[in-house]
Amino acid sequence: MTMSRPFRITLVVTCAVVLLYLILPILIIAPMSFSAARFLTFPPPALSLRWYQEYVGNPAWMQSTRVTLTVAVLTVVIATPLGVAAAYAISQSKWRIMRLIHMTLLLPLVVPIIITAVGIFFVFAKVGLAATMTGLVLANVMLGLPYVVISVAAGLQSFDATQEMVARSLGMNRLRSFFVVTLPQIKPSVIAGGIFAFISAMDETIVALFISGGQYQPLTKRMFTALRDEIDPTIAAISTLMTAVSFMLVLIATSRSKTSA
Amino acid sequence: MSSPVQDLSVLHQRREQRLMLVLALPALLVILLLVVLPVGWLAWQSVYHNGFTLENYRRIWSEDIYWRSFALTFQISLLVTLFALLLGYPIAYAASIAPRRWAIVILALVVLPFWTSVLVRAYAWLALLQRTGVINQLLRQFGVIDEPLPLVHNTFGTVVATLHILLPFMVLPLYATMQQIPRDLMQAGASLGAGPMLTFWRIFLPLSLPGVLAGSTLVFVLALGFYITPELLGGGRTIMISMLVSRNVELYDQWGAASAIGVVLLVAVGAIFFAVSRFIPLDRVLGQK
Repeated sequence: MTMSRPFRITLVVTCAVVLLYLILPILIIAPMSFSAARFLTFPPPALSLRWYQEYVGNPAWMQSTRVTLTVAVLTVVIATPLGVAAAYAISQSKWRIMRLIHMTLLLPLVVPIIITAVGIFFVFAKVGLAATMTGLVLANVMLGLPYVVISVAAGLQSFDATQEMVARSLGMNRLRSFFVVTLPQIKPSVIAGGIFAFISAMDETIVALFISGGQYQPLTKRMFTALRDEIDPTIAAISTLMTAVSFMLVLIATSRSKTSA
Repeated sequence: MSSPVQDLSVLHQRREQRLMLVLALPALLVILLLVVLPVGWLAWQSVYHNGFTLENYRRIWSEDIYWRSFALTFQISLLVTLFALLLGYPIAYAASIAPRRWAIVILALVVLPFWTSVLVRAYAWLALLQRTGVINQLLRQFGVIDEPLPLVHNTFGTVVATLHILLPFMVLPLYATMQQIPRDLMQAGASLGAGPMLTFWRIFLPLSLPGVLAGSTLVFVLALGFYITPELLGGGRTIMISMLVSRNVELYDQWGAASAIGVVLLVAVGAIFFAVSRFIPLDRVLGQK
């Protein structure tokens, strides 16, 4: 396509500015977390690990980190098999009800999260699940399920279902043929779905604000409360660590799904 | 008359259906118990308090604070959607015409913030925009301003941070649509004597409209329900709908009012999705999320 020179230059400059806007927060957080200053100044006057020490040395932050990691791991362990089973059923069955089920499973993405959060808070308060680990994990399983379903359903779409039929006609039962023939081929999308569920559980804030409390407060809830009061540079250190973990996981997820294609 | 073979296959089909239902059931149960039941409960409670009542809805309708908050939320969401379109369109366009290498770089930079927690980004914007923040310091050092600008704890800060989070949701559907526009059409336009501007206006822009609609819907609907950024960057002055919900629950213990506001928000979101689904399939809108 032909483009005039001024148009081209305008386009490139616009893109550069918008992309800078998009990545600016990431560019700024990491350097600030290594700052030696008590207050936020940029560029930092001197480098230090002071805020990381502050984080590691604080029992409250450490307890929250344990809660976050435990919740995220348990979420993956529970949401992945549930999501895989549901995605398999959805992709195998031409039954009309399955389409309705499929849409229902994606509801957590559509319903504004504040409504879900308040609703869960109310239900949990009634059944005694508020401020418990079980409640926190259950809520995150619900929030993570759509990611597993979407990812695995996409993986199953490119999988040839007749292969499983062949395995069964050769005498394998259904369960075995799934584990031996199907699962290995959709493994990348299962892993990607699990990783997305993990990241979603690690980042989840709004539901946690309502339903968690006492010793079971995830990092995000404590960060949110801290941010409302004052801007503590310890949060820059925690933010940098959280970002590093998510990026690493996303890299794994995407490189996995690429090798499958 | 059905033959025994047909009976058998019907039987087999039934068994198959039952098995699939059983497989989907655990996931379905989680969603029913943790989304459908709680939301249904809220809806019920918004109209029932020692008897059926529309008092909660009447209050939303008649009280000024609620009106202002709803108006502000729609205003901010509209503003964010508009800016997302203005900033996102050139990016998507550039990615769709750039050589593959560059397209990958552009898209990678667009999705990069996706994987940074919303909370982390709210923190970064606080650090950038506050009175003693990076931007005010730089502007002062260069002598552009004498007094720090009020960039945060107001609607401006809320819009900047919300836009930052939602921009990728605009760029991705736009890019997906633009990529499918056949280049031949543009060449045909050019061969018929249309200049680059004219081919863009008459051919490219109309063909990219489904992407515009999908992206705008997604950004607008998501913005309507935003909570963290207005709470942290709005400074208590920019009260959006979701903050009304949480305040009614946490501060005032007004479950009925919170539920009614939640129901209104949900109905608004549902209505928008429904209206848009008449033009483009919904899974194309949601697929980007």
